[in-house]
Amino acid sequence: MDALEARFRLDWPGFTLDVDVRLPATGVTALFGHSGSGKTTLLRCIAGLEHTQDGFLRVNGEVWQDERTWLPTHRRPLGYVFQEASLFEHLSVLGNLRYGLQRTRQKQKVSLDQAIALLGIGPLLDRKPDRLSGGERQRVAIARALALSPRLLLMDEPLAALDLQRKQEILPYLERLHDELAIPIVYVSHSPDEVARLADYIVAMEGGRVRFEGPLMETLARTDLPLRIGSEASVVLPAAIDTVDEEWRLAQVCFPGGALWLRDMGLPVGRRIRVRVFARDVSLTRQPPSQTSILNVLPGTIDALGEDEHPGLMLVRVRIGDSLLLARLTRRAVMELDLVPGQAVWAQVKTVALME
Amino acid sequence: MLSPGDLQSIWLTARLAAIVTMILLVIGTPIAWWLARTKSRWKGPIGAVVALPLVLPPSVLGFYLLLAMGPKGPVGQLTQALGIGPLPFTFGGLVVASVFYSLPFMVQPLQNAFEAIGERPLEVAATLRATPLDAFFTVAVPLATPGFLTASILTFAHTVGEFGVVLMIGGNIPGVSRVASVQIYDHVEALEYTQAHHLAGIMLIFSFLVLLALYGWHPNSKKGG
Repeated sequence: MDALEARFRLDWPGFTLDVDVRLPATGVTALFGHSGSGKTTLLRCIAGLEHTQDGFLRVNGEVWQDERTWLPTHRRPLGYVFQEASLFEHLSVLGNLRYGLQRTRQKQKVSLDQAIALLGIGPLLDRKPDRLSGGERQRVAIARALALSPRLLLMDEPLAALDLQRKQEILPYLERLHDELAIPIVYVSHSPDEVARLADYIVAMEGGRVRFEGPLMETLARTDLPLRIGSEASVVLPAAIDTVDEEWRLAQVCFPGGALWLRDMGLPVGRRIRVRVFARDVSLTRQPPSQTSILNVLPGTIDALGEDEHPGLMLVRVRIGDSLLLARLTRRAVMELDLVPGQAVWAQVKTVALME
Repeated sequence: MLSPGDLQSIWLTARLAAIVTMILLVIGTPIAWWLARTKSRWKGPIGAVVALPLVLPPSVLGFYLLLAMGPKGPVGQLTQALGIGPLPFTFGGLVVASVFYSLPFMVQPLQNAFEAIGERPLEVAATLRATPLDAFFTVAVPLATPGFLTASILTFAHTVGEFGVVLMIGGNIPGVSRVASVQIYDHVEALEYTQAHHLAGIMLIFSFLVLLALYGWHPNSKKGG
């Protein structure tokens, strides 16, 4: 069932937001796009921070906005994490965490203790916000939103104001949210990396409109509208560490339909991860390759062919069991190998990126 | 050193300034809040009206207030109908006049403080289930504390320094409207320079201490908030 049906139209001088989306009830939905694409505005409309005359919003079957209804923000059971640290400077960390709790009578699904533990901010509770680092502030802000047990968590580029190191510090906490909470999360981002790591569903925005949307992994593998998160076409596969080869310092991960070898990063067997495979790192052969330096050779069938940006290149989608890979080949190679949908091929995967 | 009349005038001045400051906290805060956040086209005109006492000669302000509060003025007819009687030459009249006179000294620092807070903390409060009124008292007011302090000190001090408006509205009635500044004027008129010196010295030191408190304390408040 759809968790969130949103239809908004907003006319500002020089900018028009015009969206109609239905987002899933679980997992992380990424609103992805350049700055000025309207993703933050859409998030603010969902939160009721922007008032559109003409709009419709239903969350888990409950109407928050239609022709007659408009719930003000403080009556919407949501959590909101702003881009920059937005803690109340006059309150301690604990005071910030309690501010919302004191004002909600909703049944608590996430307890304050749980939120504190999940974000690892136990040692900070007595401090004032001006004594926290940027990363700590943002973790407190996330815990503050979570402690309300929101029925919808909205996050507006929570990592954008942080440097790379702080980002790396927070990302694991966000992954824990994703794994441990059954709250739908709408996550605004322009960072390909964050989207690939966290998102389950993606809404790509451009000029105030939705350019396309769909489950992340399927959408990435589209050849008609290749979604480039980053500059390159790639796919993301859900996987788990299967074996670790101590001698060669390699780890094997299983994904639906096959297995891949990659460098051992010290992760334990059984750990669920995501791997990203770039189309540029995949080549195809019609015969099983022999005597190749490539470790990962996967049998599959050609599923679809599409254009790439350059007229000399094509994107070829290969089905490997239940998963899809993209390969970027020259148009000439596609012709010479006579690659057509249904053709059996071997995909050689040169590099696999672990999203961790 | 100070005559009973001097002491009486000091006490009257302090009472007047304290009452006016408290009234202006109540009246000036919503005006400042509105001015800080409105996008209405009335923002300019209302802001100008609030600032008028800064540039108007106190005698002009006092003259109009005298007419308005007099037996034939609209305010005077209202107070008479309510059984209070005309306000000029009463302590109440002085309070009303001083509220107008010191209005910008309350509103402008508060407006600046509210503008500096910006929209974001209030949006955050809304996402944490706070109603706008709740957010005002639990977020905007604490964050604007330095502004409230500045505004209150300036209002109090400015009311203490009032002279022209008092003469126009209150006259010079001992215990009712003879505030310290008027008392000094009387001493000088009567060539009692020694007494004038004592009272004037007290006013000078008071004003200096007030400004010292304001300026000495400001850099810290900036760092803190």
